[in-house]
Amino acid sequence: MLETEIAVIGAGPAGLSAAIEAAQAGAKVLLIDENAKPGGQLFKQIHKFFGSKAHRAGVRGIDIGRQLLQETRESGVKVWLNCVVWGLFEDKVLGIVHEGKSDSIKAKKIILATGASENAVSFPGWTLPGVMGAGAAQTMINIHRVLPGKRILMLGSGNVGLIVSYQLLQAGAEVAAVVEAAPKIGGYGVHASKIRRAGVPIITSHTIKEVIGESQVEAAVIAAVNKEWSLIPGTEKTLEVDTVCIAAGLTPLAELAWMAGCECMYLPELGGYVPIHNEKMESTIRGVYVAGDLAGVEEASCAMEEGRLAGLSVAEELGYLEEHEVKRRREEVVERLKALRIGPFGEQRDKAKQKLVQAWQKKLGQG
Amino acid sequence: MAKEIRSGIEVTGVASIEELKNSPGFPSEKRLKKGPVAVIECVQEIPCDPCEKACPFGAIKVGKPITNLPVLYEDKCVGCGRCIPFCPGLAIFLVDTTFSETEALIKFPYEYLPLPKVNSLVDAVDREGKVVAKAKVVKVETSDKYDHTAVISIAIPKRFVHEVRGIALNRGDKNG
Repeated sequence: MLETEIAVIGAGPAGLSAAIEAAQAGAKVLLIDENAKPGGQLFKQIHKFFGSKAHRAGVRGIDIGRQLLQETRESGVKVWLNCVVWGLFEDKVLGIVHEGKSDSIKAKKIILATGASENAVSFPGWTLPGVMGAGAAQTMINIHRVLPGKRILMLGSGNVGLIVSYQLLQAGAEVAAVVEAAPKIGGYGVHASKIRRAGVPIITSHTIKEVIGESQVEAAVIAAVNKEWSLIPGTEKTLEVDTVCIAAGLTPLAELAWMAGCECMYLPELGGYVPIHNEKMESTIRGVYVAGDLAGVEEASCAMEEGRLAGLSVAEELGYLEEHEVKRRREEVVERLKALRIGPFGEQRDKAKQKLVQAWQKKLGQG
Repeated sequence: MAKEIRSGIEVTGVASIEELKNSPGFPSEKRLKKGPVAVIECVQEIPCDPCEKACPFGAIKVGKPITNLPVLYEDKCVGCGRCIPFCPGLAIFLVDTTFSETEALIKFPYEYLPLPKVNSLVDAVDREGKVVAKAKVVKVETSDKYDHTAVISIAIPKRFVHEVRGIALNRGDKNG
């Protein structure tokens, strides 16, 4: 069995930030990711991020990713790619498959930063080639430079749906419409305005009734929905499209956390079942920390800050950082996180995150 | 929150004129008549403030909390347009109603390729992407500092000054 001080699982924005923070403090960190490249979803975020200068606002996600990778190298984090973690057992033992070989790792501290996966929406025809997650389309255009289709229908108007629509336009596709079942657009108005200026209609209170096609998507039928989210007969419209992208939110990838016995809480505002954690990002299992979308689906800026919190906490626990030093730096990070969770778009998430912390305190007391 | 609103940014994705005029980033008619000025079309309280630092004249203020809407101090704004490429939401424009006898100048951020050519005639679009006028491309600015966001200046007939906010995408086949 291999041994490490800290194992970080998932090399997205949260995992990278956690690993950097802990390694810079002097800890020995092993960062594991099942993909061939680190970065999670950061490298396909080609838009400029929001926030303040401290959040690297105005910098494109892809460039933030590059910077994190450089810091990862410089801080001496050991990175294992193409490495699947399939189990998390008692005493913080990880079951892994690395370069085709099965093995196990024992870590003193574990940080889970496994991210989230896209939700599917099922309707007649949803299994036809050409129906895909918006994130999948974004990977195709921005990582692999392949256009998934020529004329696209986007389902869902959260920031993912709006941003991916914009990026599909940039990549040269036509976006027939963005369809949103809710009566209001979910994402930021400025993202919506960008695609409206490019001529893309955003149709609220509508959803996809069915997708038609012989062997691939040929058209989509959309229809209005009432307040009970039921289709209103007679409102159908057919749009000729060859691709349908689904941007219906994300669900935290909590399997390893469940397996480890971390207590979870169902919070729809954060994407579903989320491990209960304290302000230091420690789960209900001592020594197992969580960060990023796994700890509640938000955005990359939040994931990076949570990763830093988790990294600071484990470095402190292992004795690499003085308490007063950690306190000061933690306060800075908490301040930045707070700024990302205010306003009409952040309040709900903030309240839900507080519920997680309260639940942790109720179970394990202060600390 | 429970009110039913059928227009405006939350429903259409396009800020209504009322929303814009009620926001602190929208210059007064009086200021617009004086010459080039920034028009900040940011009407939702989102955590974002790069515009504040982008202005070297202190004409844009967000302050704290970071979700404050950007305030345009229109007397401090010299109409340089430097803020345009730094807004991650691509929501800042420059409007010059004094460009010529008959034309106004609109400057806007643009992140599509190919970029339009200077002096070419293009379709000017409103906030809904509707073609409302022909425009002449006056300037195309790119810079490393702008990080792949180009700033395009177009001249349009003056009466469209409150409507035009961009140009139709150049898809080769349609737009020439």
